[in-house]
Amino acid sequence: MHNNETRTVTIKAFRFNAETDYLPYTKQYEMEVGKDDLVLDLMNRIKWEHDGSFSYRRSCRHGICGACGIKVNGKPVLACKQNAIELLDLFNNDITLEPQSKKRAIKDMIIDKGDFWQKHADVQPYVVADIDPHPTHETKQSVAQFNAMLDSDLCIQCGSCHYACPALEANPDFLGPAALTAAYRFTIDTRDNAGEERLKLTAQPGVGVWDCVKCFECAQACPKEINPIEKITKLHNMQFEQGIAERNVATKHAEGFLRGMKKTGYLDEADIVLYSEGILGMHKHLKTAMKMMKSGKIHWHSGVPFINSIPEIKNLDEVQKLIEISQTNKL
Amino acid sequence: MSQLKYALFTGCTAKQSTPELLSSTLAVAEKLGIEITILEEASCCGASHLQDFDEFLAHVLNARNICYAEKHGLTMITICNTCQLNSQMTKHALDTNPDLKARVNEKLAEVGLEYKGTSEIKHFLYALIDDYGLDAIKDKVVTPLSRFNIAPFYGCHNIRPSELHEHSNGGENPYVPTSLDRLIDALEGHPVDYASKNKCCGFHVELQANHTSEVLTGNALIDAVDNNADMVVTPCPLCHLKMDTYQDSVGKVMGRDIEIPVLHMPQMVALALGATEEEIGLKFHVQKAKDIYKQATA
Repeated sequence: MHNNETRTVTIKAFRFNAETDYLPYTKQYEMEVGKDDLVLDLMNRIKWEHDGSFSYRRSCRHGICGACGIKVNGKPVLACKQNAIELLDLFNNDITLEPQSKKRAIKDMIIDKGDFWQKHADVQPYVVADIDPHPTHETKQSVAQFNAMLDSDLCIQCGSCHYACPALEANPDFLGPAALTAAYRFTIDTRDNAGEERLKLTAQPGVGVWDCVKCFECAQACPKEINPIEKITKLHNMQFEQGIAERNVATKHAEGFLRGMKKTGYLDEADIVLYSEGILGMHKHLKTAMKMMKSGKIHWHSGVPFINSIPEIKNLDEVQKLIEISQTNKL
Repeated sequence: MSQLKYALFTGCTAKQSTPELLSSTLAVAEKLGIEITILEEASCCGASHLQDFDEFLAHVLNARNICYAEKHGLTMITICNTCQLNSQMTKHALDTNPDLKARVNEKLAEVGLEYKGTSEIKHFLYALIDDYGLDAIKDKVVTPLSRFNIAPFYGCHNIRPSELHEHSNGGENPYVPTSLDRLIDALEGHPVDYASKNKCCGFHVELQANHTSEVLTGNALIDAVDNNADMVVTPCPLCHLKMDTYQDSVGKVMGRDIEIPVLHMPQMVALALGATEEEIGLKFHVQKAKDIYKQATA
């Protein structure tokens, strides 16, 4: 095909060698980019035509091995899947190739992915079962059982979601979207016997699903369109369905929404904090509450503090009835 | 232009801790001649937390809210990113999964309602930009915001996941969002370019993962301050609450003082369109913001 969309651009790349460099630096490479070029082609061009020491992971070139995940201007991409011209258009012809995590950089695009693999291992990402060495029949999965896995089985462990997750960045103990997606994948598998153990891990404060900040960066980042946060929501629900959820600030916060909704239709902002934290936990919030009260953020329609502080929606009885007949989970 | 009419889903925050969000939204609508019907029947959207507890119940309750917009035959507008996301997720789930829609409608039938899928759902920000139009807004500016450097803070739930939102947010790219920047520009303010504009504020884990929440807000606020912002503006009242109310404690975690007003998007527009000080409601802010009105109108 006649290629009339070639453009000459300067590609920037993050350069760093942990063995010799004190600080990372950015280098520029001028090159022609064609309409079918992938980000992987740009990296190959840097290595083959400009600087043989430029380092990155690559293998299948078919979007299945997960080796070539990098970031471009902060956007996670799988280099062998992402069209280069699309990116140049998005970022006004000014792009910088970066490793998925700069603080984990070993050499250029190559990072130490040890934390990713450790978290993956923590959730036992395999079917845990007593295997009969001489089976007489197959352990078949029905279409419905397979469908329940949703698309979680398609993960290629590229790390795009993991290194896009701000909750992980702030709290290194958090399992993160990739490991939690794997936890969902094997917990929902009817051949597996470790579901309870896995669910308990994912319910653990500071480690499991309750540290997810709900930013949807993972859903946006995944090159296989898996939507990890959808699986995280399923894990939340499964904790309640299977009675794994313990009463703590996070679970009470989720369940406690219904308290206000039954009373007025709205969430009761003051009650949800009091109910989730308990009386003893309130000391943390007193200073903020005082400030909010001073600026008129906490007010009461009845004129009496904390009595009928919230207006009531019209047809509240409908909400009450719907909660009564539709609620499936309990804390 | 024929008159724009919307059904307004206020959400809980505008009815409680951020009354200034509701009053400034209504002031903007009045100034622009947009007709608003408040959905007084609408309940909480679940804010993703009820979804964590009982996903099906959350779909039923959100579908009920949408039913009331459908009864009016109007597009439902939201003034909170999280209301937008959760309402839109229910709409998407029901419109693409006939089995779920049937199960939800079975429940709704008990209270005489039926979800049909006839109403669109969009955030007020995009109603202003994509329906009313920036040029038309520009013509109505009486108080140009030219003395302010304004840092747009987009809030996650209006821009991610982009596939869910693309029909209601003008195809905003979550890595390079422009709507708020363009709105600030139309009001003659100076949009601040900073890396944190499309990042997470951490509001949703305020209680259970407080350190994470404080660090995320701290990163964003400091980034805005370091890029010479006079104020932050956000279309999401939850981002507003986190970023406005907790600057003291966030400053302690980050090891530096942080003081910057955080406005709701409709407050900024109301200011530029000449709404009253009362309607804009800057007195409800925890971080002192009242001076902005004086400076703008001086």
